[in-house]
Amino acid sequence: MKTQKLHGLSDKTSDIILVILCTAIMLIVLYPLFYILIASVSDPYDVYAGKTFFFPSGFTLDGYKAVFADDSILMGLLNSFKYTVVGTLFSVIMIYLTAYPLSQHNMPGRKLISIFFIITMYFGGGLIPTYLVVRDTGLIGNMWALFLPGGVAVGNMIIVRNYIEHSLPGEVLEAARIDGAGHFQIFFQMIIPLSRAIMAVMVVFSMVAYWNDWFTSLIYLTSEQAPLALVLRSILIQSSTTAAQASTISGGYAELNKLTEMLKFCSIVVAAVPMLVVYPFVQKYFEKGFMAGAVKG
Amino acid sequence: MSVRATAAKKAGNMEGKPGQKKKGASLARRLRQSWQLYVMLLIPIIITIIYKYIPMYGIQIAFRDYKASKGYLGSEWVGLKWFQRFFSSPNCIRMIRNTVLLSLYSLLWSFPIPVILSLAINQLRFHRYKRVVQTVLYAPHFISTMIICGMLRIFLSPSGGLINLLLGTQIDFLTQSTAFRTIYIASGIWQDAGWGMIIYLATLASVDTTLYEVAKVDGASMFQRIKNIDFPALVPMMVLNLIMSAGGLMNVGFEKVWLLQTDLNKATSDVISVYVYQQGIENAKYSYSTAIGLFNTVINIILLIIVNKIASKASDVTFV
Repeated sequence: MKTQKLHGLSDKTSDIILVILCTAIMLIVLYPLFYILIASVSDPYDVYAGKTFFFPSGFTLDGYKAVFADDSILMGLLNSFKYTVVGTLFSVIMIYLTAYPLSQHNMPGRKLISIFFIITMYFGGGLIPTYLVVRDTGLIGNMWALFLPGGVAVGNMIIVRNYIEHSLPGEVLEAARIDGAGHFQIFFQMIIPLSRAIMAVMVVFSMVAYWNDWFTSLIYLTSEQAPLALVLRSILIQSSTTAAQASTISGGYAELNKLTEMLKFCSIVVAAVPMLVVYPFVQKYFEKGFMAGAVKG
Repeated sequence: MSVRATAAKKAGNMEGKPGQKKKGASLARRLRQSWQLYVMLLIPIIITIIYKYIPMYGIQIAFRDYKASKGYLGSEWVGLKWFQRFFSSPNCIRMIRNTVLLSLYSLLWSFPIPVILSLAINQLRFHRYKRVVQTVLYAPHFISTMIICGMLRIFLSPSGGLINLLLGTQIDFLTQSTAFRTIYIASGIWQDAGWGMIIYLATLASVDTTLYEVAKVDGASMFQRIKNIDFPALVPMMVLNLIMSAGGLMNVGFEKVWLLQTDLNKATSDVISVYVYQQGIENAKYSYSTAIGLFNTVINIILLIIVNKIASKASDVTFV
């Protein structure tokens, strides 16, 4: 009966206010993305005339045709796919190779090795000393310049280590040890299958990092090796149109201008969509992963 | 950091039965049992030495006149020459000021928002809706800075950009040095506030639900429950976050500033990290660039140590 004597708003009113508030926030977050999506299928002149706030105007897929007819964008896409696949594989393997040994409290030197890795989280050589080492190891113009200098993603490694320590059935692993299973055997037959959830998170985090990275490529790779994000720099930031793009246009300057603007919207969509489609699948795992990795340790 | 360390210690004590038992085992035996672990660590350690530790050793070129042909040790020792050059360069004060202010304002504005968001979202009772809100708010985090800056340039364009359309104006925001910080910070909040709340939501998920029941019986409103139960639960994590950010005060993200910089907004967008890049990569002034980078790092480490001291006094939380 006491519940009726509320101080302030009733729960029902609060719930309604809360839902309205959260919906408003969602709209603020989504609207810029929605606007770009609409603009990508609209006539760019209508976009800049303010006719496309909620619906496309002068519907056209020419922008997307131009994107997929453009050699530099296609090459960028291909490069991005390649770097994302190889880089993710490399990163996840490195994380696991480090996380499992560091979760074993019996290993002599565990603490020292942990510190060895953790220092690199807080202190590094900086841009130029790292650049010089990459150069001296002959990686300029080599795809591996994107992966090797990153070394082990220590923050992610700690999340995985904590997951192995706290979320896997310790007794089962211990029993396997007593039965004479070696570390390799336990690693491949138990740790990897049992930690699939956190591995999915690591895969997505690495994928996103490599897909979105452009700075490393800018420093270390040639322009033919540029990933999509870097190719977009000339389109989005420098607003330039290549001769190849221009040659696909029959009209004059106005048409070219139109194409440049359409390319902007469409290339943003093409570059952003793959990652936006992927992360919701592992969302519940990374929320849990953060709980295990960050709150506990 | 040491939250981690203490938690690990605690975990060690709790799950320490197997560990304790083996403590008696001789070092030789433990080494023999662990050889496979060392094999696994071999490649990560080698790569870390080459690409993380050798560059740290290479920082000494900040005190030398580095010539590729002479190597690290063969290049002439010039002491603090590069630091002196940096401090006497005309834009030095401006760069330091811009770096600190951009970072500080960024922190002040973007710090409270994830806290507020998580407090609100944690109260949502319709789980499917809650899930949708979370998914939507995380989305911008997964977009590349390149794309974010491309979108910003589109939205801020003086001719037909969304912002100008809404305001009915034709302002070229990216040429205005007064607008730069607002653009940088607001877009930063849009991109990462949702992501920043994960850690708080995780903390709130561990709040004892019986507290809510008791509070409800006592007739506490939702706002009172937030104020008296949820918010206090978040304070330790907030302190931790604030400290970590304070330690990185000189770390302004290079990427976004570089992509949004124009000749006309340099009065506020000229920051140290961009200068380090321009001098080092574009002009190949390796030693000079390294010296400026080192200056930046040293300030950060000093800040981290100071903040760590304050924090360990204020609570039992220590770092590293």
